[in-house]
Amino acid sequence: MAEAAIELIGINKSFGAVRANRDIHLTVEKGTIHGIVGENGAGKSTLMSILYGFYQADSGEIRVNGKPTRIDTPNDAIAAGIGMVHQHFMLVHNFTVLENVILGVEGEALLRASIAKARSELQRLEREYGLTVDPDAIIETLPVGLQQRVEILKALYRGAETLILDEPTGVLTPAEADHLFRILRQLKEQGKTVVLITHKLREIMAVTDNVSVMRQGTMVDTRKTAETTVGELAELMVGRRVLLRVDKGEARPGDFKLVVEGLTVKDTRGVTMVNDVSFGVRAGEIVGIAGVAGNGQSELIEAIAGIRHAVSGRVLLDGKPIEVTGNADPGELREHGLAHVPEDRHHVGLVLAFEENENSILGYHDEAQYLKGAFLDIPAIRRDAAEKIEKYDIRPADCRLKTANFSGGNQQKIVLAREMEQDPGVLIVGQPTRGVDVGAIEFIHKRLIDMRDRGKAVLLVSVELDEIRSLSDRILVMFDGRIVGERGPDATEGELGLLMAGVESKEAAE
Amino acid sequence: MNSYMVLIQIADATVRVSVPLLLAALAGLYSERSGIFDIGLEGKMLAGAFAAGAAAYVSGSAWVGLGVAIIVSIAMSLVHGVASISYRGNQIVSGVAINFIASGSTVILGQAWFQQGGRTPSVSGAARFGDIALPGANAIRPIPIVGPIYSNVISGHSIIVYFAFLMVPFTWWVLFRTRFGLRLRAVGENPAAVDTAGISVAWLRYRAVICTGILTGVAGAYLSIAQQASFVKDMSAGRGFIALAALIFAKWKPVPVMLACLLFGFLDAISIRYQGIALPGIGKLPAQLMQALPYVLTCVLLAGFIGKAIPPRAGGVPYVKER
Repeated sequence: MAEAAIELIGINKSFGAVRANRDIHLTVEKGTIHGIVGENGAGKSTLMSILYGFYQADSGEIRVNGKPTRIDTPNDAIAAGIGMVHQHFMLVHNFTVLENVILGVEGEALLRASIAKARSELQRLEREYGLTVDPDAIIETLPVGLQQRVEILKALYRGAETLILDEPTGVLTPAEADHLFRILRQLKEQGKTVVLITHKLREIMAVTDNVSVMRQGTMVDTRKTAETTVGELAELMVGRRVLLRVDKGEARPGDFKLVVEGLTVKDTRGVTMVNDVSFGVRAGEIVGIAGVAGNGQSELIEAIAGIRHAVSGRVLLDGKPIEVTGNADPGELREHGLAHVPEDRHHVGLVLAFEENENSILGYHDEAQYLKGAFLDIPAIRRDAAEKIEKYDIRPADCRLKTANFSGGNQQKIVLAREMEQDPGVLIVGQPTRGVDVGAIEFIHKRLIDMRDRGKAVLLVSVELDEIRSLSDRILVMFDGRIVGERGPDATEGELGLLMAGVESKEAAE
Repeated sequence: MNSYMVLIQIADATVRVSVPLLLAALAGLYSERSGIFDIGLEGKMLAGAFAAGAAAYVSGSAWVGLGVAIIVSIAMSLVHGVASISYRGNQIVSGVAINFIASGSTVILGQAWFQQGGRTPSVSGAARFGDIALPGANAIRPIPIVGPIYSNVISGHSIIVYFAFLMVPFTWWVLFRTRFGLRLRAVGENPAAVDTAGISVAWLRYRAVICTGILTGVAGAYLSIAQQASFVKDMSAGRGFIALAALIFAKWKPVPVMLACLLFGFLDAISIRYQGIALPGIGKLPAQLMQALPYVLTCVLLAGFIGKAIPPRAGGVPYVKER
């Protein structure tokens, strides 16, 4: 066995009553790409935060290059040659690339010399690893792929020998992700060690040498990537067999339920986010909108759902125009059978401080079944919530619990249960499985297919291309506020990826 | 008196009344750039004014007065710091509390120590910052146009005035050319980035509020022992809030802060000079109307002309490590 870059021995960590890490043993060999997979909440991020000194383990030992090392702060980790690329970038949005790179390692009190030094050092890193980025660009003007590159540069500038990447591809297009993997392989060739945390098994198979699986705070197993399969890893992650493909029959589309004509939406700064978009969704089909986050998908569904005003255009629900430019009223839309599962469940979908049963009727609270005269019929609401909890397998099964105390996947189920159980004719779903465990994803997908099969029109927006491809009967691709293409469910990932990147024809690619 | 000399006098008054605004606004700049909102500028300035008045009277030295003002003001900003940095309290509530504490305790202590209805006794001579004549002020005075500007507007102010205006380029330099400034700006935008870079968020923010304390202390001393000769109850008279308005108006940038403070100072100077002026066809304007003018214009400017002021992104939010 090769030399170990990092060894974690018997790591334990609790947050209150939650045991995030239990007796974790992990060995990362030098000069390899080591994947760590697990469902959300399996303890991957906590483990890496301990390695990076963000948290201190309750017990256990960290060895770097065979030497026991105390890592109490990020500074200790940096000194030990460990760098981290966080899931949410740790960049200052209105600083230049250079300023971000030197932050914390400026050297002397005046900036001039350290900026000059960083500039030449970045040129060297650029030559060595092909990490090209304009050192004077302001971070917020850079696309996410480049922002991530700045994070990698930050770590390398600090002399990182081991690089930890936490869910690095969540925000990237397929092409950007491929580029990232090329960079990671290059880092490996130069003798660096890479730890890749992800829940996307396909990435693990594509790029790693070894893979460790975590489940519920424990380390389940470590395998050589070449000797395992996606199915086996999924089973290890969840602890049971998982259906990775969605089982669905032929779609039997009917009449158009939802028609969008020439819809244009601007954001608060006056920038056009949705530009003259037209499409329709028929009864009994799922239309998926693919696209890299920030290309107008969010604004599009918000405008249709009445929580954002459009500048111009029409939306027809069952052939009747609904108000989208002026005083759109989401409550009225609900009455007409348009339900909306918002992308951001924390800010738009739920009131986290409310009890589960209160959230489970929010927006429908003025319906007769929940009222007794002018007052809420609390027993009826709780009965109703308990039914939904059972039907959607929401855990813990306690409708009096504060919503904030449910996990992300269960919160998502609360929203889905609320919107789907009203039996709407049209369902708009944004990021239905964002931050949701593999097991719950399977369940949510089945429910969406079920809606379709019952003759409902479903409009799906997701940044997960796999999800779009496996659920949709038709796929629309959005880029820069426009729909740039329509494909069938058999479209290849590469084809969609090019459209998502704004490349219309194959010749223009790369 | 010819109208040019009137203009010169207004300019001179503008400089004088702008100084406490400028010092307080720069003080707020350090704190708010680090992500700590501070509506307690008013209270710290008031406490500084009282401390300066009392200490200068007792010691007979303006410099001692200034030093004590700074110490008292730093102490109060540390209270705000402990509440909002270490205990992650609400920064607005803590700031309001500081304003009340300052407003009440200065009068009580003043009455207990000096028995003059909450005032401090008048100071003069070495216990007060006198006006400084810059070299050649008298020689240049007779030169038309330039002479009065130099000898009346630029020369003839107390040392604190010069300090305040020198703080503008200095603050710019600190903010954009030093390691401390880089980190200060970073922690106000994204404290998590600072934390993961291995820098202490709390210590950085404490240093920022100490800077705030120093400058509000100087502002207070200017009020009681440079502009006036004693501390008077509530003598800061809302300047801390106007300074905050200037800071927002200037989008947290040093040079625009100075320009905004000069604008507010100019309005103040106008209102002082033209109290009770008679306008043709309208008659005598009530003095209160002129006094209200700066505040009315503050509202108008802030509501209409400011454009979008984007505060430091992490402003007002206590930093908690995420799980």
